[in-house]
Amino acid sequence: MTDPVLSIRNLNIDYIGAEKDFHAVKDVSFDIAPGEFFGLAGESGCGKSTIAFAVSRLHRPPALIRKGSQILVGGRDVLALDDNELRRFRWREVAMVFQSAMNSLNPVLTIEAQFYDVLKAHTRISRAEARTRAAELLKLVDISPDRLSSYPHQCSGGMRQRIVIAICLALNPKLLIMDEPTTALDVVVQREILQRIDVFRKELGFSVLFITHDLGLMVQVSDRIGIMLEGELVEVNDAQTIYRTPQHAYTKRLWASMPKLHGEQIREGAKS
Amino acid sequence: MSDAILALDNVSKTFGRADKPVYAARSVSFGLHPGRTLALVGESGSGKTTAARLIMREYTPDEGQLLFRGKPLGKASAKALKAYRASVQMVFQDPFAALNPTHTIRYHLERPLRLHQPKLNSKERTAAIEELLTRVKLDPALLMPKYPHELSGGQRQRISIARALAVNPQVIVADEPTSMLDVSVRLGILNLLNDMKAQLGLALLYITHDIATARYVAEDIMVMYAGQIVEWGDTESVLTNPQHPYTRLLLSAVPDPDRRFSDTRFSEELNRIEFIRRQSALPRPETREVANNHFIRPMPE
Ligand SMILES: Nc1ncnc2c1ncn2[C@@H]1O[C@H](COP(=O)(O)OP(=O)(O)OP(=O)(O)O)[C@@H](O)[C@H]1O
Ligand SMILES: Nc1ncnc2c1ncn2[C@@H]1O[C@H](COP(=O)(O)OP(=O)(O)OP(=O)(O)O)[C@@H](O)[C@H]1O
Ligand SMILES: [Mg+2]
Ligand SMILES: [Mg+2]
Repeated sequence: MTDPVLSIRNLNIDYIGAEKDFHAVKDVSFDIAPGEFFGLAGESGCGKSTIAFAVSRLHRPPALIRKGSQILVGGRDVLALDDNELRRFRWREVAMVFQSAMNSLNPVLTIEAQFYDVLKAHTRISRAEARTRAAELLKLVDISPDRLSSYPHQCSGGMRQRIVIAICLALNPKLLIMDEPTTALDVVVQREILQRIDVFRKELGFSVLFITHDLGLMVQVSDRIGIMLEGELVEVNDAQTIYRTPQHAYTKRLWASMPKLHGEQIREGAKS
Repeated sequence: MSDAILALDNVSKTFGRADKPVYAARSVSFGLHPGRTLALVGESGSGKTTAARLIMREYTPDEGQLLFRGKPLGKASAKALKAYRASVQMVFQDPFAALNPTHTIRYHLERPLRLHQPKLNSKERTAAIEELLTRVKLDPALLMPKYPHELSGGQRQRISIARALAVNPQVIVADEPTSMLDVSVRLGILNLLNDMKAQLGLALLYITHDIATARYVAEDIMVMYAGQIVEWGDTESVLTNPQHPYTRLLLSAVPDPDRRFSDTRFSEELNRIEFIRRQSALPRPETREVANNHFIRPMPE
């Protein structure tokens, strides 16, 4: 078997508090294989984003990763990277689309300038080349290159989200982390983007760690899915099994609380 | 049906330069009714948030007008405008941007209460804050002293909703209020919106990309494309019997765990999408009633 792109072992993360610490991620272990689309789902506050931040080494105090935790990307120990190595690691090895991505663009820079910033920090590239590359990347996410001269506030929430995704693909990372990347999009655009990402990942071979609350979507795109509950990974399985024969009571409950588009509506039951 | 408490009457709003206009609202008309929810779904960038901002008076219409209790808002007195502002509250798309990082949760809820119910003493105010937090299913003792950055995305959105409720509004405009919440929490919020509608008689405008949740909360639905409402009416009728090609496209793209992405043919569908998009982007002044309380702006197939 090939080595995994991402390997997490016994990951424990605390948020250090004045009075007591909060154990946000509890002994989580899982792997993502090269080219694999891995979905991570679970209750709001269960620790999904905390894991995503740790993998890209973007966690900040008060988040503290306990000793004994291990995160390997392409076999390299992410938790041991120094500042220099970290700069090279970000965007090239792991790129992350944040949950609040639509507000992560710099409001005073044009879209073109934001692409240029990322590209020039990692490659020798001229302004003109960067512009061409940026236009290509925008096309991937279905945005007209006309938008290069726009500022973020002139774009709708969904457009900003797609722009961030395009920037993340700029340096061909091995692992693309997407934390709720398409919640701001209509389902047609969401479907187009994810199908495109799915095609790129097959062409370019990168892996995806996909976080979403949309279980239906997650089953459609993911190869494997992990379900988290209060910091613990309670069930990991291939997508179809998670959908058709979920094992954990919590996974079953998640399915039961999804409103239906057609047919009999779910009942108000899942009120807790 | 009761009279609309708030209505948009043929409102248009265009952004951008004259040679490259962006039509964010094109002759948009709809009414919000006490005790009812109207859902607004559609393409991202089609003008849903613009409609919300027009209602919040952050944008002024290029054409058309807003009506509050049947009267044009444009001619309203300062006093009437003040009443309007208190009556109409908004819950935003992004809970990360909506809260002030330097203030506690308690402060976020205390402020609107102070403004809206100045007679409450501090004990009563604390009780009101506790009630609001309990309403949105958060633990008051735990949450009150916290700062926004200490909360998860879902917890933050519930705070935004509690804050909107703090001033006892009559109309709530909710722009993607649950898009960042996971399913089980989302259902709690949707039930909360349904309860508020029923118990407090609120009129709700529910903007969403999640059409199944629109079905769960809304009696009526509108589908928007490029600033135009292309199909609207009774939710059940629109969703079970969509007549406009864009509505059909939208419904066919709703996530369905029974259909793997890798099994669907991508490029063919995309070509069709482009055609529907081009056609839907053209102005269609004609309106056709296709069923009882179900309308479209027809376009060639
Ligand atoms: N800076 C912080 N300080 C203290 N606690 C925090 C901090 N950030 C997050 N937490 C807590 O850690 C837990 C996990 O948060 P995280 O953001 O990872 O959740 P999530 O699974 O991404 O949730 P959501 O789906 O709502 O985005 C939550 O209970 C949250 O309150
Ligand atoms: N202040 C502004 N200046 C220029 N253009 C704007 C402005 N506000 C909105 N627009 C444009 O108007 C159109 C409608 O934007 P709006 O935010 O209303 O879309 P939306 O339907 O809410 O989209 P989303 O689902 O992505 O949130 C977009 O093309 C947007 O770029
Ligand atoms: Mg999160
Ligand atoms: Mg919007």
